[in-house]
Amino acid sequence: MSILVLADHAAGALQPSTARVVAAARQMGGDVVLLVAGQNCAAVAREASAIDGVARVLLADADALAHQLPEQLAALIVELAPGYDAILGSAGLVAKRCLPRVAALLDVMQVSEIIAVLAPDTFRRPTYAGNAIETVQSTDPKRVVTVRTTAFAPAGAGASAPIETISPGPSGDTRSSFVGRSSTGSDRIELGSARRVVSGGRGLGSRESFDKLVYPLADKLQAAVGASRAAVDAGYVPSDCQVGQTGKVVAPELYLALGISGAIQHLAGMQDSKVIVAINKDPDAPIFSIADYGLAQDLFEAVPELIAKIG
Amino acid sequence: MKALVGVKWVLDFSVKVRLKSDGTGADLAGARMSMNPFDEIALEQAIRLKESGAVDEIIVVSVGPRPAADILRRALAMGADRAVLVRSDAPVEPLGVAKALKSLVERDGASLVLLGKQAIDDDNNQTGQMLAALLGWPQATYAAELLVEGDVATVICESDDGLETVRLTLPAVVTADLRLNTPRHISLPNIMKAKNKPLEEIAPETLNVDLRPRLRVLRTDEPAKRRAGVMVASVDELLDRLRGEAKVI
Repeated sequence: MSILVLADHAAGALQPSTARVVAAARQMGGDVVLLVAGQNCAAVAREASAIDGVARVLLADADALAHQLPEQLAALIVELAPGYDAILGSAGLVAKRCLPRVAALLDVMQVSEIIAVLAPDTFRRPTYAGNAIETVQSTDPKRVVTVRTTAFAPAGAGASAPIETISPGPSGDTRSSFVGRSSTGSDRIELGSARRVVSGGRGLGSRESFDKLVYPLADKLQAAVGASRAAVDAGYVPSDCQVGQTGKVVAPELYLALGISGAIQHLAGMQDSKVIVAINKDPDAPIFSIADYGLAQDLFEAVPELIAKIG
Repeated sequence: MKALVGVKWVLDFSVKVRLKSDGTGADLAGARMSMNPFDEIALEQAIRLKESGAVDEIIVVSVGPRPAADILRRALAMGADRAVLVRSDAPVEPLGVAKALKSLVERDGASLVLLGKQAIDDDNNQTGQMLAALLGWPQATYAAELLVEGDVATVICESDDGLETVRLTLPAVVTADLRLNTPRHISLPNIMKAKNKPLEEIAPETLNVDLRPRLRVLRTDEPAKRRAGVMVASVDELLDRLRGEAKVI
């Protein structure tokens, strides 16, 4: 069996999610081949070739792939598909907007966001905001799968797979063009892979409070900053901080929920965290039902005290 | 320009799903069902495009069982012009839905398709992308803003670390994310007017579409339960436990 894994990369660096997708692929069995597609990504290919269990790295480096737009990327993967039994990607932006196109063009169903591999054709995946876990078996001759990377420990590094340069695929479809990008451009720890997360909700009440309480606490704990939908909608933080069913799904060692009530959709994004702490002045807030440690106190008192007392 | 909007009949977002104890799936008997929230946002965007003159007709489509007609009537009351129910009593998958929508896009001549980015029941996040591929059209997913001028759509999309802007030459498929808009409430006059708008029910065979699922769902289980937590009385106690017991600080 042969599996093609779409590598995640940005700004010239391989993303940590890739090693976790490789781990999932290895559980399916067979040869794992990594596809690094983009522009000026030879360094990414070198990083990728060090992942344990990778048989080969394919490097498709071209201007047409500069922004990894889904139409171009899907066309390339479909061209490669005949050599593979399965095509895997993470649940990050590039893969999730591209792989369903691949699946449709191959006339197969995609299995989205797997959290476990039971057999090469059988997986577990979350539905209903993580409240119903389905065990699904693909009946298609080829599988297209995206991986919820928080559910897989990363494959190690230290290998040295050969890198093969390939063509970037059929020439670009100009009906879709990249205009620009705005990152919230943080030097902050990346939310998706952070070991600790401090998350703020509507209870913070303002952007200023976020700045005065959430960010400093996150800094003290060397944590990433997350937020509930309510906090994002109210403008306290940018949208890429949102944790939830349709935001980021995280599973850090420590998740601190401040002023977050705990709606179903928020829990979906963090209920697999190892240790959950909730601070909310409402003792009946649903978040307390999944918190390991709950403090029913006004966060405007508790958080400054916490910041002062952490070493 | 005609716009086609896909809407799905799903368990209401405020309801926590109940599962059958034999592992055969969700127990939806008597449960409150609604239009998938992201599809409602997609529909609202189509209506705004019609109000601004960019779109002249909105066809709203659902693939589902007969009760799904409820959300189609709601869509007509919000401002869609006509509705189509592709009747399927068995569960459907994105691949099948994409094929049905493609068939209707071609039948009715739509140049813009708007869908929610994912359904809140199966959380697949595939249908829009699949439809775009089957039609050979460009796509923009996770739209936070959409501007249509002539045959060009400029879409600001949510990305992993901020926003990304793409420009599409129509025809195209756009999927809606949470902050694209806030859907309007429905007025009573509109509910009355909607009763006269066409709602067509058709069988998938009429569209030459095979909706049979490719994934076999073997079991549906609850997630592993977390052990019960404790309430702490103070910040001091919290820190004690985080350092001593949990060892995460």
